[in-house]
Amino acid sequence: MTYTPPFRLARGGRLIDRAFQLPFRFDGRHLRGVQGDTLASALLANGQMLMGRSFKYHRPRGPIASGAEEPNALFGLGQGGRFEPNQRATTTSLVHGMVLGSQNCWPSLDADIGAVNNLLSPMLPAGFYYKTFIHPRPFWKHLFEPIIRRSAGLGRAPKERDPDSYEQAYGFADLVVVGGGISGLTAARDAAGNGQRVIVLEQGPEWGGRTPADHTKGTEAIDALLTDLRGRDNVILRRNCMATGLYDHGYLLAREALADHDPNQGIPRQRLWRIRAGHVITATGALERPLSFACNDVPGVMLASAMRDFISEYGVAPGQRIVVVTNNDDAYRTALTASDAGLDVVAVIDARPGASGELPQAARARNIPVLTGTAIAKVKGSRHVEGVALCDQAGDGTITGGVECDAVAMSGGWSPVVHLWSHCGGKLIWDEGPAMFRPDPKRPPLGADGKGMVTAAGAANGDLLCAGDLELPEAETMPVWVMPQNAPYKLRSKMWLDFQNDVKVSDVELAAREGYASVEHTKRYTTLGMATDQGKVSNINGLAVLSKTLDQPIPATGTTTFRPPYTPLTLATIAADARGEAFQPLRKTPMHDWHQRHDVSWEPVGHWRRPYCYPRGAEDRHAAVNREIMAVREGVGTLDASTLGKIIVKGPDAGRFMDMLYTNMMSNLKPGRCRYGLMCSENGFLMDDGVVARLSDDTWLCHTTTGGAERIHGHMEDWLQCEWWDWQVYTANLTEQYAQIAVAGPKARVLLERLSGNIDLSAEAFPFMSWKEGEIAGIPARIFRISFSGELSYEIAVPASRGLELWQKLHESGHDLNITPYGTEAMHVMRAEKGFIMIGDETDGTIIPQDLGLHWAISKKKADYIGKRAQSRSHMRDGSRWQLVGLESLDDRVLPDGAYAVDEGKNDNGQRKTQGRVTSSYYSPTLNKPIAMGLVRHGPERMGQVLEFPLPSNEVMKARICEPVFFDKEGSRLNG
Amino acid sequence: MADALATIARRSEFGMITIRADLERAGDAIAEAAGLPIPQAACITRDGSLSLGWMSPDELLLLLPVAETARTVQALEQALTGEHALVADVSDARAVFDITGPHAGDVIAKLCPADPDALPRDGLRRTRAAQTAVAFWHIGNGFRMIGFRSTADYLDRILNNAATPGSQLAPG
Repeated sequence: MTYTPPFRLARGGRLIDRAFQLPFRFDGRHLRGVQGDTLASALLANGQMLMGRSFKYHRPRGPIASGAEEPNALFGLGQGGRFEPNQRATTTSLVHGMVLGSQNCWPSLDADIGAVNNLLSPMLPAGFYYKTFIHPRPFWKHLFEPIIRRSAGLGRAPKERDPDSYEQAYGFADLVVVGGGISGLTAARDAAGNGQRVIVLEQGPEWGGRTPADHTKGTEAIDALLTDLRGRDNVILRRNCMATGLYDHGYLLAREALADHDPNQGIPRQRLWRIRAGHVITATGALERPLSFACNDVPGVMLASAMRDFISEYGVAPGQRIVVVTNNDDAYRTALTASDAGLDVVAVIDARPGASGELPQAARARNIPVLTGTAIAKVKGSRHVEGVALCDQAGDGTITGGVECDAVAMSGGWSPVVHLWSHCGGKLIWDEGPAMFRPDPKRPPLGADGKGMVTAAGAANGDLLCAGDLELPEAETMPVWVMPQNAPYKLRSKMWLDFQNDVKVSDVELAAREGYASVEHTKRYTTLGMATDQGKVSNINGLAVLSKTLDQPIPATGTTTFRPPYTPLTLATIAADARGEAFQPLRKTPMHDWHQRHDVSWEPVGHWRRPYCYPRGAEDRHAAVNREIMAVREGVGTLDASTLGKIIVKGPDAGRFMDMLYTNMMSNLKPGRCRYGLMCSENGFLMDDGVVARLSDDTWLCHTTTGGAERIHGHMEDWLQCEWWDWQVYTANLTEQYAQIAVAGPKARVLLERLSGNIDLSAEAFPFMSWKEGEIAGIPARIFRISFSGELSYEIAVPASRGLELWQKLHESGHDLNITPYGTEAMHVMRAEKGFIMIGDETDGTIIPQDLGLHWAISKKKADYIGKRAQSRSHMRDGSRWQLVGLESLDDRVLPDGAYAVDEGKNDNGQRKTQGRVTSSYYSPTLNKPIAMGLVRHGPERMGQVLEFPLPSNEVMKARICEPVFFDKEGSRLNG
Repeated sequence: MADALATIARRSEFGMITIRADLERAGDAIAEAAGLPIPQAACITRDGSLSLGWMSPDELLLLLPVAETARTVQALEQALTGEHALVADVSDARAVFDITGPHAGDVIAKLCPADPDALPRDGLRRTRAAQTAVAFWHIGNGFRMIGFRSTADYLDRILNNAATPGSQLAPG
């Protein structure tokens, strides 16, 4: 037999609206579905049963399920930036104009060359790759792996930027019910009656789960529940919202589809919900299991529940002559549904010795032949079901008869969906009766209070007859893991467990024989359950086969780990709004836009953007930096220093606290004065530096590095709150309150004196390392006479809202002085010319101040400071640490930053020993030669010695050790 | 085209003063100088153009018309003479946005891991909006949110993105 029309039934289809036709394209063909169709039902309605190719053998595949567990019917959907691979046909609603293409086949789904693998299948057993490609060893990396990688994976990743938008939202509820079937809705109603805030999540577009399809009066029961719930203010019902994972503290992630595959709506396509749930009820239902009989993968063989969904919910006929094969009563519903729809139910093959329940009797009453104790020996047909050969279930597959048919509905029983229950530690128990793992109510996932935070309900709890009065009594399911029971190898090697990854009963048996006793190892060895459906269809059947082969009970084998997400979650939904301009906060100084307008070349510093330099005309960055430096050295320049941390420390114990924070003495700093200070971690390592100003008797202002502001403020609060909680000190991070501008260069004073103000800037009245408060250019300001460039320099702090005004006034007034904005690189070079260290260049978290020749900034008088004790450890004092020196390149090239100076001999790894490294290296336009600083073993004692720095090119650069201060050693320029 | 979920408006007329002190001891002095009662934990007290927010057990934030800031800093410092306290003008360190309209709560819910529905009318919630620190509280028909000056453009962007027309959180 072949798959024959009519494919769309004349009547029925609860979820479709035949009045609204929806055109779509499949592999270039123009087809039509109707409103309410899924891709799977629309394709079936067009006679397209072949929907994919299996991964390994490229065998033809039709849909076997109608929901999230579908392993076969996966398509590439959309075009360009909206292309998405591996979209599940059974859960994707058809949208007008959709474009879908088949995957894992070439040149086409119908004629796929890769199907040659199918002929080779006896040679491609479990572990084939591991066994075959291991010798000779180099071949794996250079030959086998690249080829296999190219042929691996189902869909292709999209190449273009996704034009859709996505978002996240936070939700809060006393109770979240996952699953909008009858159990979930009933649980929600009960909880809502107690006044709890309830959210109900349903992964699909329809409420009711299986109830409307499986029970007469099912729709009415669901509608009644919905009416009740919709009338309550404390209940939110959310459809198209798949709970993907449950984490500690009731943290539940869920993906809501808002405008999937419908970009014209102009709203975010998907929303990731991050919900804090007081309690979670998992009413996630159960998944039907396939039966393992030979050729159970031929298109036209599908789960019994899926077949009745296609018939009753979508009004499509998966076949005209149907065989049902089962080990339970529930599958008889498919026979009845098919019969009601006018389809020919050829027989119900029941593996059980008898079937006398109400459902089997109803089938018999319609003259549907029921063959008990019977099994399918083999499905006939390759591209489509043509018939089945029958045998005794208790036998070895000897054929006793056969029937022609074009579709097979199979049911191997049901497995509760225990994923969310298991995600954060809920345990399972094996229930012999219905042959299922179900949540163990005694061992639920625990909340912060030590009590269960999840309750499983309905079919998800193993209660398959959960629809109350709607249910009919059902006889027991008989476990059938292999059909027939004593099937020989020839049949077992055609019984599919994992349909997407082509794992068969014989593969799992082979793995067991080869010693893979752990289910987790078997999974990885055979790839069972590693497909995009994550074993929803194959898991239980696979571990049952493994248990049988290992001759142990199923619970002794156990399950593999259930991990989120429940169904695949697109990365765009996880990233959500964090893309483009919203990717990360970009911190801007008050002068940011001015820099932007003046052709700035930016440098990211933390989340800030700082001007690296301001190239003019055809200048490159290097030329711009050189020009900026010379402008400062010869005239005056301005640097936007607003990003530097500015932390106020105030209180009766502030001096004592400052002395602990810094290595040098800060408590004896006079009000009005500034002092450079070093901050170390508890381990003695230098972590920040900056100028401290004493503002008043009990108030200090700490300047930190740009990247250190928040961290150092946190460091201070950590010590104050956790260690010295009884010290009277308050801190405040005022970094963003002020714009700060460094005005540096021999003309700095001349420039500032042109701006009206009440601060005496003369050298006598305003000495180096002091600060003054007053007004400049009509703006309230605090001016610090400090210098990082070595030039006469004032740093002016004004309220942030007036920073741009001051910056502009400086530039307007300094035209004739060649006032030049300079960036961070000019600042870096100038400080290196002066031998000043830079946190992050000369330090890397392993450097102590003593390494940098900063002994002068380490108090010997103080009893303690943070890091002091660590700095007295033997390896901090043994004299062999690398220490700061200057390095003079012996030719006119700049040493590479980070280059290592080699020493004699090799270490245990056969590498050249090293004796130092370059920490800062620049071309100095001031001196017209390269300059560098570095850390060298015994460096300060080795002035004049030459070090060798091999480069990656095998060339060796040489440099002579010198003093680290290259320019103006006596510091005369500080006074202009 | 549907309307945005809420109107996002940047406000620049507020001054802000950080006050750190022992609120048990210095509360009365602060209340008198600030012209508002000391708020309960995680709350904000208001009177006309003044608001006094609880930021931590020893920190308050006073919002006031920007022109009154300098005078009020002085008044507070004077009132706290002899107390261990810190008063700082932080007006320029902050950015203020008003989020108003029928779905203002949705905008908050998309950005902040805090429940706007659970916020009392006089509550103040310190939290984050996406990747930047903020605090928010109720105003007339929406919320007022404060963040940092340096990330004001980012905050403006994400608030407006969250208010995309048609994207309300109530199930359709």
